[in-house]
Amino acid sequence: MNEILAGVLILLSAFLSMAAGIGILRFPDVLSRLHASTKPQILGVAAIVVAIWLLNPSWGVASTLILVLGFQMMTQPMTAHMIGRAAYRTEHVRADLLIADEIADAVDAASAAEAEASEAGESRPAE
Amino acid sequence: MSFLMIVAVLAGVMFGIGALCAVYRIIRGPSILDRALAADVMLAIAICALGAEMAINRHTDTLPVLLVLAMFAIVGSISIARFMSKQDAS
Repeated sequence: MNEILAGVLILLSAFLSMAAGIGILRFPDVLSRLHASTKPQILGVAAIVVAIWLLNPSWGVASTLILVLGFQMMTQPMTAHMIGRAAYRTEHVRADLLIADEIADAVDAASAAEAEASEAGESRPAE
Repeated sequence: MSFLMIVAVLAGVMFGIGALCAVYRIIRGPSILDRALAADVMLAIAICALGAEMAINRHTDTLPVLLVLAMFAIVGSISIARFMSKQDAS
């Protein structure tokens, strides 16, 4: 019974890995590739961790596996966030594919404020 | 042929397809961010494949390798993304 469950979980993880590979091959820009690539990083690793535990059920294994999954869950969202941020800043995002672009308003407001500040700084009379 | 052996063959093929696609994107990727992303996917596939091998053969020898990979997966792509500027976008 455990064997069948673990086998199904391994197949799920392998399928997610394949889907991520095909996704980063086929999708058009960094943000959509990011969407595909984050699936095996969390769900695939979680399935594999459960499968390992099902076939080696002991506390020593379980504690290490919890650490593995915990580190993965802490670090991968940070990585994805940083890559998405860098992609937006360096204009690797294809704007025609976006449905909503909420950060554009914030960037516009910030650059307008900056321009106003620098203008005020320039027009100040020299003392 | 036991059930787990069939699973091993199928999973190996699927991991292989995923890893080959990631390698293609690392080679061809139009920007360095695509390459960092594909390297991340390669790392996730490596973790999953090592874990699958461990589960199928019922040993726990590569568990520390898994832990180290999960801890240091963050370093490469975050440093690329953090210190990337507009002029070195390719």
